[in-house]
Amino acid sequence: MQFMLLFSRQGKLRLQKWYVPLSDKERKKISRDLVQTILARKPKMCSFLEWRDLKIVYKRYASLYFCCAVEDQDNELITLEIIHRYVELLDKYFGSVCELDIIFNFEKAYFILDEFLLGGEAQETSKKNVLKAIEQADLLIGCIFFTYLLEKSCKLFIHYKTAADLLSVKQM
Amino acid sequence: MPAPIRLRELIRTIRTARTQAEEREMIQKECAAIRSSFREEDNTYRCRNVAKLLYMHMLGYPAHFGQLECLKLIASQKFTDKRIGYLGAMLLLDERQDVHLLMTNCIKNDLNHSTQYVQGLALCTLGCMGSSEMCRDLAGEVEKLLKTSNSYLRKKAALCAVHVIRKVPELMEMFLPATKNLLSEKNHGVLHTSVVLLTEMCERSPDMLAHFRKNEKLVPQLVRILKNLIMSGYSPEHDVSGISDPFLQVRILRLLRILGKSDDDSSEAMNDILAQVATNTETSKNVGNAILYETVLTIMDIKSESGLRVLAINILGRFLLNNDKNIRYVALTSLLKTVQTDHNAVQRHRSTIVDCLKDLDVSIKRRAMELSFALVNGNNIRGMMKELLYFLDSCDPEFKADCASGVFLAAEKYAPSKRWHIDTIMRVLTTAGSYVRDDSVPNLIQLITNSVEMHAYTVQRLYKALLDDISQQPLVQVASWCIGEYGDLLVSGQCEEEEPIQVTEDEVLDVLEGLLVSNLSTPVTRGYALTAIMKLSTRFSSVNRIKKVVSIYGSSIDVELQQRAVEYNALFKKYDHMRPALLERMPIMEKTATNGPTEIVQTNGETEPSVVESKHPPPVTQPTNQANDLLDLLGGNDVVPVIQTTMPTKPASAGGELLDLLGDLSLSGGPPPAPAPSVPTSQPSFLLDGLSSQPLFNDIAAAGIPPMTAYNKNGLKIDFTFERANPNPNIAVITIHASNSTEADMTDFVFQAAVPKTFQLQLLSPSSNVVPALNQGTVTQVIRVLNPQKQQLRMRIKLTYTLKGSAVQDLAEVNNFPPQSWQ
Repeated sequence: MQFMLLFSRQGKLRLQKWYVPLSDKERKKISRDLVQTILARKPKMCSFLEWRDLKIVYKRYASLYFCCAVEDQDNELITLEIIHRYVELLDKYFGSVCELDIIFNFEKAYFILDEFLLGGEAQETSKKNVLKAIEQADLLIGCIFFTYLLEKSCKLFIHYKTAADLLSVKQM
Repeated sequence: MPAPIRLRELIRTIRTARTQAEEREMIQKECAAIRSSFREEDNTYRCRNVAKLLYMHMLGYPAHFGQLECLKLIASQKFTDKRIGYLGAMLLLDERQDVHLLMTNCIKNDLNHSTQYVQGLALCTLGCMGSSEMCRDLAGEVEKLLKTSNSYLRKKAALCAVHVIRKVPELMEMFLPATKNLLSEKNHGVLHTSVVLLTEMCERSPDMLAHFRKNEKLVPQLVRILKNLIMSGYSPEHDVSGISDPFLQVRILRLLRILGKSDDDSSEAMNDILAQVATNTETSKNVGNAILYETVLTIMDIKSESGLRVLAINILGRFLLNNDKNIRYVALTSLLKTVQTDHNAVQRHRSTIVDCLKDLDVSIKRRAMELSFALVNGNNIRGMMKELLYFLDSCDPEFKADCASGVFLAAEKYAPSKRWHIDTIMRVLTTAGSYVRDDSVPNLIQLITNSVEMHAYTVQRLYKALLDDISQQPLVQVASWCIGEYGDLLVSGQCEEEEPIQVTEDEVLDVLEGLLVSNLSTPVTRGYALTAIMKLSTRFSSVNRIKKVVSIYGSSIDVELQQRAVEYNALFKKYDHMRPALLERMPIMEKTATNGPTEIVQTNGETEPSVVESKHPPPVTQPTNQANDLLDLLGGNDVVPVIQTTMPTKPASAGGELLDLLGDLSLSGGPPPAPAPSVPTSQPSFLLDGLSSQPLFNDIAAAGIPPMTAYNKNGLKIDFTFERANPNPNIAVITIHASNSTEADMTDFVFQAAVPKTFQLQLLSPSSNVVPALNQGTVTQVIRVLNPQKQQLRMRIKLTYTLKGSAVQDLAEVNNFPPQSWQ
């Protein structure tokens, strides 16, 4: 995999993971162009397209587009599975993940991705193991909190903190 | 200074901004606060600030001032700091800046940290963005970790090694010992990453590949693992929709592909497992299909037995019928790769492929189109062409050019009849005329010229098409060329194939003049139109009107048009005697087959440049004079003089205009081959002679045509030998052999021939114009006769030579052609 982008239906980037060395300017340009191309596609179209000299695999989950650029020899169908696995991991971690979770906890989304993929390839094929690793790393921080954000009237707004008994507590 | 606001707080605030300007303002304010906080070297809140900076960076704002701060975070002892620091490094730093090298030491230390999660962070960062220098420095550490028993670290180290190898391929050797027992691990994560590492090594180095095949016996190991995955029962940890660890399966199949490629033993060893996977995998979900896809790719690439290959193609065929678009796409891609090698198997799925042309998805349509063209053959041409033309009508503009070219190519190769061919071309020109490639125009013109019996039909259809629409330039160009060439057939209503239309000369000229003045016509098209009008001056009777048109354009702003008009004007005035000859019907342009009947090569001018060189345009007036003489002598109504395939050069102008005069064909790069008479430098053009008298043809019938003596008088004997030109059976190739039994040489020997109107004749240059005395040698010359109506061949020949100082001239009729030469 060369890179993975997550973006909303309005074209706002929510996550960008690059596995190839490119300057900031180049990354911005690629993101912008690719996002526009994908947003222009109709819903019934194929999940694969050739763009520049890359193979692009993308899938929409609710309001978020998950988009990967893979190499020629990569299997597109299994890339779809990789995307799906990542969504499942986020779902398990956040509990019924939605776009807001990823907006407000983007750094966590990155940490989870980094436990699942490394250098563009899957490092762990067991869902359980990935989540376990994240949990344990989180424990090292010594602070776990969930934040549910109230946007419309029906969700409750809960802060939940455990005391910092291991290391010094840092709230971000 | 108050504590900097929390990350979540910032995110919430920024999201309340209603305009871009408001957002920018907030961001700038926060950036300023962060900057001053960085300046104060605040350790406590650095982590929080960098996190905020990363958020703002994702929104698109500059964040380079945070780079050094990331490094400081990485160097910190706190895990939270390190985590954010490494994340920042991956997002903000890139290997082109030297700053990133400062990370190297930190990473080195962290690779040896006591906490595996810290080690993990370091490995991840290195594996994601490590530059070549960093990789060189840290490869040793990675190699060490590759040998650890801690599977959490081992799997990360393996992928990190992959990255190192990609950046610094020379270091590959270093990791070889560590790979020894990677595959004996139970942990799937390690297995998966190990397979990736082995794949990378085998892809990069053929030596490694050979090593793994022979020494490590990799294939049996992989087969065993794969077998376990398939046979073992339900494993909740790795299960995806009923399939056990599909990611690992796919990776193993890919590695098997590399190992089995061009290697019989390895391919043999994996045959069974591939068959097993292919038949047992559940296909209801995407996962199963992903594995099948990889299996198919592997089967096609290795040296698998034919049964397995057929199985693979059938899987692809089933994919084509799948409702899921993605699966269809993948199937079409794979079929495209295999259509060359397993053509017949793919043919079976032709109808499904053709159906995919109607799919809504652009990528699928494109692949279906390419595949359809690959599958066209002599048997299915009619049906396929119908579908493809329908597709051409309705497809997006981006496809039209490729589709049109494909249709032309396929039509040329497999046309069942001339009429069908011309109809197909017409259809393409009228529906996708403006997308047709530029080089198709000359190709089409050549094709039309060669279908002699279809001339009337073609010109009629093109004329009708022009009446409808003059916007598509290629169509207009071909049409105007044809009208110029065959206008007489059009007006005389000679069409046999369909109802002839009634059209007068004036109507035709109206159309052509319309093209000249229309805004839709490009300059090139106008050139075609003007030339066509000029040509009609010898075919129509309303010469005055043509003269008027031509003189008007003598002052045209367009230089090209002006030049033509001026030259044509000159033709009307000073050189009127040359006009008929100059504007005669174009001869058949040759299609020489090189290796086989299906390869169609351009005309003489392009394929045999050496031949063209030896046939430079001769001095100006002689040929036409002689041609005219022949005409006079033979009292010419039933015989059409042979135009020796070149026109004399115009006075005071270079040979370039010649081609312009003859209708702008860019076909013959150089001047067309020179005529038979007085070629000053007549080198034996054996190339062409050789070509036509050599067995290009595999026609057994041709071998049986007996030679004959055409003329034998006063010591000069002329024999004819026959061949049939392949691929066109209507062309008879006659080689004359002139021999001289007198005591003196015959010099300035010139052979000319004329044939009845239904034939077309082409005379190529002779081997020499001296017939040596006493039968010491022969002069050979090749005549090509096109006899589409298969009438009895008759020929009048004229011989001139100088013997012992006196000029001799003789005429004769040749009627004793053997029946096989014209049947």
